[in-house]
Amino acid sequence: MANVNNKPFGLIASFKTAPDIYEAAKRVRDAGYKKWDVFTPFPVHGMDGAMGLKRSRVPRFTLIGGLTGFWTGVLITWYMNGYDYPLIVGGKPFWSFIFPFPVLYELTILFAAFGTFFGMFISNKLPEHHHPTFDHPAFNKASDDTFFILIQNEDPQYDAEKTRALLEEIGGEEVTLLEE
Amino acid sequence: MSEVLEDISLPKPAILKEVNPVSITKPPLVNNKRSIAWITDKICNIVEEPTPRWWWVSFIVAVLIASYTFIGLTWLVSTGVGVWGLANPINWGWAIVNFVFWIGIGHAGTLISAILCLLKQKWRTSINRAAEAMTIFAVCCAGIFPLFHVGRVWFAWWLFPLPNSNSIWPQFRSPLEWDVFAVSTYFTVSVLFWYMGMIPDLGALRDRAKKTWRKVFYGVLAMGWRNSNRHWRNYEMAYLLLAGLSTPLVLSVHTIVSFDFAASVLPGWHTTIFPPYFVAGAIFSGFGMVLTLMLPLRAIYGLHDLITQHHIDCMCKIILATGSMVGYAYAMEFFIAWYGANPYEGFAFVNRAFGQYAWAYWIMVSCNVISPQLFWFKFIRRNPALVWIICGFVNVGMWFERFVITVTSLANDFLPSSWGYYSPTIVDIFTFFGTFGFFTALFLLFVRFLPLMPIAELKAVTPPADPHGNGTWD
Repeated sequence: MANVNNKPFGLIASFKTAPDIYEAAKRVRDAGYKKWDVFTPFPVHGMDGAMGLKRSRVPRFTLIGGLTGFWTGVLITWYMNGYDYPLIVGGKPFWSFIFPFPVLYELTILFAAFGTFFGMFISNKLPEHHHPTFDHPAFNKASDDTFFILIQNEDPQYDAEKTRALLEEIGGEEVTLLEE
Repeated sequence: MSEVLEDISLPKPAILKEVNPVSITKPPLVNNKRSIAWITDKICNIVEEPTPRWWWVSFIVAVLIASYTFIGLTWLVSTGVGVWGLANPINWGWAIVNFVFWIGIGHAGTLISAILCLLKQKWRTSINRAAEAMTIFAVCCAGIFPLFHVGRVWFAWWLFPLPNSNSIWPQFRSPLEWDVFAVSTYFTVSVLFWYMGMIPDLGALRDRAKKTWRKVFYGVLAMGWRNSNRHWRNYEMAYLLLAGLSTPLVLSVHTIVSFDFAASVLPGWHTTIFPPYFVAGAIFSGFGMVLTLMLPLRAIYGLHDLITQHHIDCMCKIILATGSMVGYAYAMEFFIAWYGANPYEGFAFVNRAFGQYAWAYWIMVSCNVISPQLFWFKFIRRNPALVWIICGFVNVGMWFERFVITVTSLANDFLPSSWGYYSPTIVDIFTFFGTFGFFTALFLLFVRFLPLMPIAELKAVTPPADPHGNGTWD
């Protein structure tokens, strides 16, 4: 169906080395583009700054997960050992924060880990098994040794001619038009 | 702050010429100036090449060995726990020994993936993935023992806080219940961490896939990963957070395992040294197992450029450090037993060293305290065969440590009239022996189907990945 309404998605250009892509990304950022992305076979150190990205929001999911886990632990241990089936053990209180603490601790970590894991997927909008970049014949090299910059059609600054010129000027090779 | 910065920018004082400070060069983490593409090829080829003959031979042997566990467990379930060598006063025999042994082995994987990540030890990258896989498979082996030790294994779900027809709940005061939470959390978080770390590499395998089943298999697992930097940003943050969560987790798991013993009142168990001593021992045995697995793989797949002598040195030094900690703990236990002036405690330790289980104690001491000391010598660390053999001793020694702790304290406690002597039965031996096959079979499947090393992370530690360099090794 893709070829029926082949709207342009954006322009993609390839780069050879990590320093090249790092410098190029800074130029795209300074040119004021917002809807664009960099593809690298490994996380390039400092690239977030070069792209002008803010801090990741994954820690929020971790915090929510951790708090949920801790209070889930409090709730189940209190309900099971202190409320629904209280047992006297050594004359100790039916429930306190002390004796089930290992359980609360483990559940905090468990839920925080789930929060982090799913937070990563939610923040990245993954899984997304189809994406226009996958139609680019050379894109499978993005996981090998080639670097790419994609500037999307949606970007308010996007202009087929000027954007192509910018990508070529900053050292991009094989500037290609991707279709949606 | 500005003053400090000014100082740095000043010309270097004349004294520096006289004292001539040496600038320490860090050894490269990848040898022979390998390119980024070479790393992709090297690691993906392990999965993509036709299945080698050695793999089939090892896999079949491993599955045959694993069948011993199956026989042992079938025997146990169809007859009862009495077929194990457990009898009063020793009701925690090989089952708990094997459980602690396997859980401990897992701990090195988490140490490498989480603690060394937080400490920015970049040499961890090449061994990280395999060590995490080892963790997961070791925890699988460990879980078998307490699961079947409950006797009626079909009621094992009572361990979890699930409503049942008896309207009773787990008792959260019990260290054994803490163990249920600690070990199941450990397993789950280890799997999440392992899988998340693998996603970019699964993407690399998907991008190279030629056959349809590979495209589908790796495609589904890679979750549509496209190496976008907007994704890397969240991914790296999540990775760091999981490392930060796994660190207190791994320390808590073996601490809670040690509570199984330390929260009792038995002489030789009721000591505060147990949590740190167990954690050090776990890391010690786990690194032993990492080297036991990685040295043959390094030789078979020619991974000498990725697992360099520097990596082996680092691991040997950790074994040396944790082995020394374990040795210190043995000595300190003895000292406190004497200094505490409790006759039962004193007896428990003298009995360990000179009683009916003295043979096990001295195997433990020679394997755990003496053998790692050989790693002080460079020529030993540089001989992979010797390193491999010493790691074998470490594994044996750490199994005996758990045996000594568990069995000696139970066999000879307060009342001589209730003393006993424990021997395993053939069913115990079958069940334990088989877990090595089970573990090896799982590990071989991992080697064959999943990326053995973190491809993206390895690339990132080579000089061409430095955005401020010139994109090459020079």
